[in-house]
Amino acid sequence: MCATCGCDSEAKISIHRIDQPTSLNLGDITFTPVEPKTTTLPNGRKQIDLEQDILLKNNLRAERNRGYFLAKNIVALNLVSSPGSGKTSLLEKTLHDLKTEESFFVIEGDQQTSNDADRIAATQVPVVQINTGKGCHLDSKMIWDAIQQLRPSENSILFIENIGNLVCPAMFDLGEQKRVVIISVTEGDDKPLKYPDMFQSSQLCIINKIDLLPYVKFDVEKAKNYARRINPTIQFIELSCTSGEGFDHWYDWLKKETIEVPVPV
Amino acid sequence: MHELSIVMSIVETAEEKVKEHHASSVESIDLVIGDLAGVDSQALDFAWDSAVKNTVLQKAIRNVIQVPARAKCLECDCEFGIKEIYDSCPLCGEPLLLIIQGKELQIKSMILN
Repeated sequence: MCATCGCDSEAKISIHRIDQPTSLNLGDITFTPVEPKTTTLPNGRKQIDLEQDILLKNNLRAERNRGYFLAKNIVALNLVSSPGSGKTSLLEKTLHDLKTEESFFVIEGDQQTSNDADRIAATQVPVVQINTGKGCHLDSKMIWDAIQQLRPSENSILFIENIGNLVCPAMFDLGEQKRVVIISVTEGDDKPLKYPDMFQSSQLCIINKIDLLPYVKFDVEKAKNYARRINPTIQFIELSCTSGEGFDHWYDWLKKETIEVPVPV
Repeated sequence: MHELSIVMSIVETAEEKVKEHHASSVESIDLVIGDLAGVDSQALDFAWDSAVKNTVLQKAIRNVIQVPARAKCLECDCEFGIKEIYDSCPLCGEPLLLIIQGKELQIKSMILN
């Protein structure tokens, strides 16, 4: 029995449908969380104490996406990095190696061109390209629109390749289960300190192009320590899309994610 | 330049409120922005001027309440001000912090005409 109000927490909760299902309105969100306090001022002016998160709409739409993925048992991963760190190469190799074992869907985000989506399409995996024009990040509305077209199937893995940019995409929740930040050893090992928001909001950090380590000054341990200072629980996988080294760890991680899809409690 | 998206979200909310209250425009708007919210104030100024043109916010006075960042050490429980996400605890040196203030990004209030 619960000590606060005396309700019986052991009682079985029953949830059942009463009549015919109501039609779902999958239009845009119109949701006002709490009616804000409004004060009438002289000359017919009004003060509205909104206290509303500026990114409220994006966050609401992201939660809706997350619910959709959860219901369909889809693992949605948001891949973020600076341009040229190897997101698309990582995807190409992963899809090529695992597409007979897992079902994959891909959303590609770029400012211009469908070059990356064309590369993914060549692996026979369903893909949608989002071109943001001048936009520097994907947002949750774009993902919602993309999944209307993509229709990812149940029990699949959805890769969302964000715009190459370590700043702006950090602020925009897409509804993903995990955020994966990719850096390559041809970049500076102080990337985590320069772009802390992205490393703080990611759960996995992939260090790519490790076949080039003998030729560059990148200190792997230093980069990991910098990232841990920002996010003590971040995990790391070191790999090379060229040599294939380290991909077994990445595939193990992916398979663990598909088993451990969180079920709402 | 995600500041442009942020200003456009503010414009969207302001347009909604003006319509809802049958007002004509926004006289002033108060924003709360934390030091660790990831918003560059110069970029915000720049984005603001171009994004509010021909909207209900065009003539609005914008007040920004900047909130300094504070954290709590998860090891020794002490609270302190921080400049960066990766600052360590000044007492015990641990990097395990809970950010308790400074991530705010909010429309606090607005006055409608």
